[in-house]
Amino acid sequence: MNIFRFRFYRLFIYTILSLATLLYLLPVYVLLVTGFKSFQEVNLATMWQLPTQIGIESFVRAWNGNESQGFTGLAGNFLNSVYLTVPATLISAMLGSMNGYVFAKWKFRGSEILFPAFLFGMFIPYQSILIPLVSVLQKMQLYGSIPGLIFVHVVYGIPITTLIFRNYYAAVPTELIEAAKIDGASLLGIYRWILFPISIPGFVVVLIWQFTAIWNDFLFGVIVTSRPAVQPISVALNNLAGSYVVEWNVQMAGALIAALPTLLVYIFLGRYFVRGLLAGSLKG
Amino acid sequence: MRRLNRDRLTAIALISPSAILIAIFVYGFIGFNGYASFTRWDGLLPDFTWVGLRNYEKLFASQRFQIDIANIFTFTVLFIPACLILGLLWAVLIDQRVKGESFFRSIFLFPMAVSAVVVGVVWRWLLAPGTAATGSYGLNLLLEQIGLGILKNGWYTDPQIGIKAVVIAATWQMSGYTMAMYLAGLRGISEELREAARIDGASELQIYQYVVLPLLQPITLSATIILGQIAINVFALVVSMTGPGPGFSTDVPSLFMFDTTFRGSNFSQGAAIATIMLLFISGLVIPYLIHTSHNEVQA
Amino acid sequence: MNKSLMTLISLATIGAFVLTACGGAATTAAPAATSAPAATSAPAATAAPAGEAKFEFFSWWTAGGEAEGLNGMYKVYKAQRPNVEIINATVAGGAGTNAKAVLATRLAGGDPPDAFQVHAGLEILAYSPDQYLQPLDDLYAAQGWDKSFPKDLLTLLKYNGHYWSVPVNIHRGNVLWYNKKIFADNNLTPPKTFDDFFKVADTLKAKGITPYAFGNNGGWEDAFTFESVLLGTLGADGYRGLWTGATPWTDPRVAKALENYKKMSSYANADHAALSWDGAAQLIVDGKAAMFIHGDWANGYFSSKSFTGYGWAPAPGTGGIFHVVSDSFAMPKGIKNPKNAKAWLEVAGSKAGQEAFNPKKGSICARTDCDMAAFNDYLKSSATDFAGNALVPGTDAAANPKWITAYKDVIVIFASKGDVAAAQAGLQQVCKDAGICK
Repeated sequence: MNIFRFRFYRLFIYTILSLATLLYLLPVYVLLVTGFKSFQEVNLATMWQLPTQIGIESFVRAWNGNESQGFTGLAGNFLNSVYLTVPATLISAMLGSMNGYVFAKWKFRGSEILFPAFLFGMFIPYQSILIPLVSVLQKMQLYGSIPGLIFVHVVYGIPITTLIFRNYYAAVPTELIEAAKIDGASLLGIYRWILFPISIPGFVVVLIWQFTAIWNDFLFGVIVTSRPAVQPISVALNNLAGSYVVEWNVQMAGALIAALPTLLVYIFLGRYFVRGLLAGSLKG
Repeated sequence: MRRLNRDRLTAIALISPSAILIAIFVYGFIGFNGYASFTRWDGLLPDFTWVGLRNYEKLFASQRFQIDIANIFTFTVLFIPACLILGLLWAVLIDQRVKGESFFRSIFLFPMAVSAVVVGVVWRWLLAPGTAATGSYGLNLLLEQIGLGILKNGWYTDPQIGIKAVVIAATWQMSGYTMAMYLAGLRGISEELREAARIDGASELQIYQYVVLPLLQPITLSATIILGQIAINVFALVVSMTGPGPGFSTDVPSLFMFDTTFRGSNFSQGAAIATIMLLFISGLVIPYLIHTSHNEVQA
Repeated sequence: MNKSLMTLISLATIGAFVLTACGGAATTAAPAATSAPAATSAPAATAAPAGEAKFEFFSWWTAGGEAEGLNGMYKVYKAQRPNVEIINATVAGGAGTNAKAVLATRLAGGDPPDAFQVHAGLEILAYSPDQYLQPLDDLYAAQGWDKSFPKDLLTLLKYNGHYWSVPVNIHRGNVLWYNKKIFADNNLTPPKTFDDFFKVADTLKAKGITPYAFGNNGGWEDAFTFESVLLGTLGADGYRGLWTGATPWTDPRVAKALENYKKMSSYANADHAALSWDGAAQLIVDGKAAMFIHGDWANGYFSSKSFTGYGWAPAPGTGGIFHVVSDSFAMPKGIKNPKNAKAWLEVAGSKAGQEAFNPKKGSICARTDCDMAAFNDYLKSSATDFAGNALVPGTDAAANPKWITAYKDVIVIFASKGDVAAAQAGLQQVCKDAGICK
């Protein structure tokens, strides 16, 4: 490939990516601009216009709430979300990884049926199981607490985490496992020494999904933890809106604040999309 | 031999906790739901009087439900390919050792981090058409200003378009995740495989066609299932973006289910909708899964 | 083998540790969050009864005027019971549907809040009152409320011979709002009948002004506005009869109402599907449309946008009729703090409580003896009408939830298709399904 073609090729790529970036950022622009406006200024007709005055008042109100006006902000529930999301994400990722490993590399009688049975769990509409769920959680003494919410997210995260890891491990050559077996390694040993180290991209994909899903989940957050004091931030965010009149500037400012931790997680985990991770381990 | 047995037992032991949890919290509840759909439970107090297929008859006769099924079908058929294609496109482009890779990745992933309610409202505004009297709003306004005014239309206010407008918002939100999945997959394909193909004289395009894409198939499968699940259960986005829409043109089964269960207190009808959706999905997913596991066994 | 087992055990231990730490952390977070509303030491008052330190109230009043009003009522309560910790459990969204979902799950799951918000009337059926709620007849008798609330309202509140909730406020559903400047510029007066409305609309349309602002993004606005049209076409008695079976939905006046609604909608802004009701109200504020038929929480919206150039009149054909939308508080069975809850209901039905709540909420008292000084002009005129007009219940109050939802679905399709005969048949059918019509 000559230099000219190469340069053109690179330019082409950057142009497309930049155009796509602009398009993807349009809604974010609206979010930001509205967050900086005052409620008086918020108007569908003027959504593109920059605020006349950049005010961070909406952000402050979204975070602190306003006692006299009777709404609580996001601050109180932020820690709840952290205590919920971090353990739930890690536990469900580990669980998915082990399940995926078994389904991919240790097929036993009935695993061909068990795997789709697991997957099917992804499709239940959560709204239809709220009442029996609360009932069972109460019997398990898990209703109304963060550990209960962690439990719920771990359970309903099983199908998707198992799916992602199972397909990820299916791509790992069986020779690797066979070689280890000949060397005398057990199921757990193979996992610990061979598969786990090369699972990083799989974990990244799962962690991104679970963190986002659990951090942003509203339905379980509002049903399983019904007391405001233990609810996650997603519920507080929803409550920034009045039921009659919605102050969109506060709502969008709040949404941006609530989205920050997730964005940080993406940036942090993104470092692990490193090329050649699998290749490197295969060589050794 | 003993090692094999012990490993087999370990395998089963590892899977068991998950299997038990799934049995209770998925299948147990599906069973409860299914049973409820054959009753006339329509108040908070459960009323398990058996009424047979009456709820189902009413549902299939209901105009709203018929429109909903058509809508969800349209939505799924457009949303999944859109996310797969875009996701793959961004992943392939980013994989070309571009500078600022982290930046681009974050841009495409960020939409997923924003809460569905807010995504819905922003897209409601973006695709609000405006009127002759008030002037155009949102995207229509932008199109006007860059000279593409001919592309203006009513978006979700136009019953002919309806749910298709929601596909745009949903794709914006989810294509980044598909990109992440493909990126992880692309990074897992060893450079040696590509080198070998290059040495054999294949062009870059051919390498993608014959080496890379086939190796990405498991990811396409996972992504399709995940996107399918999102599509079937799409709820918060529709509620905040369009509501049921003119003549239910943006209504979806999950919205109908929520409405009828918690606004109408018609628990048995809600259960029937959920059961129909599940049957609908199993009709698609199970054959697909059986087909792909057979393929894997052969391979 | 040993190593992997060790890893597994350590992972499990860490997991368990994390879980217990979280449990501990969650409970330490709790007091920090709830001590915020505690606050001011108030002068003399009754201490909380032994063992009942808290009171949990559940509503969907999360922000804006609604939350302010609720806060005002909390203050009145705290003055009487300063040692009670108030837990303000709220869920926003879906015009109350999210809250209803949470409430239903909590009641069914045996974890009821001490009191909750519900629309006055048959909406209470959603909570199977005989099973889950406490009848309030004794409370009504003890407080002498049969003299404080209008008779029609009291009738609305009774189900199965008992009172189940205490009405706190009154909103009016059948109000025509208009932009005063547009009307003045065009020498128009607020229309009293449908014919007047169409004349005014034609005049405006000829001048290129959107006559009628409408927004139905929420999915419920068509059915709600149609109620005003039904009211205006059938009158108070005819309208009431629709929900009791006295007026069949096959009545030709219902067809006329459907025709009226269809014609009225033809004057609306073309992008109504993109606007929810507040987007339509904004058109009035911006002077982009002339008339808006909606409940009087629109008044609250105008205030929040500091807009005063609006006038009001009864919706066409509904002069002398007051379409009642009322919030009320109910008390479940098996609650943790029954005495505190009862005290709350007493405050809610009291003059002081309602005077603290309503001006901020933007509604009028359900009681007839509130001091109107703190209320704005619209609310003052609304209170006068409330005292003198014929009161009719809105669908939320007049029909059970299953019927209302089915009725709404028929109207949504009608609003789009415009088939009067089909709509009328559909309305009659859902009435039959509800067991009211034959």
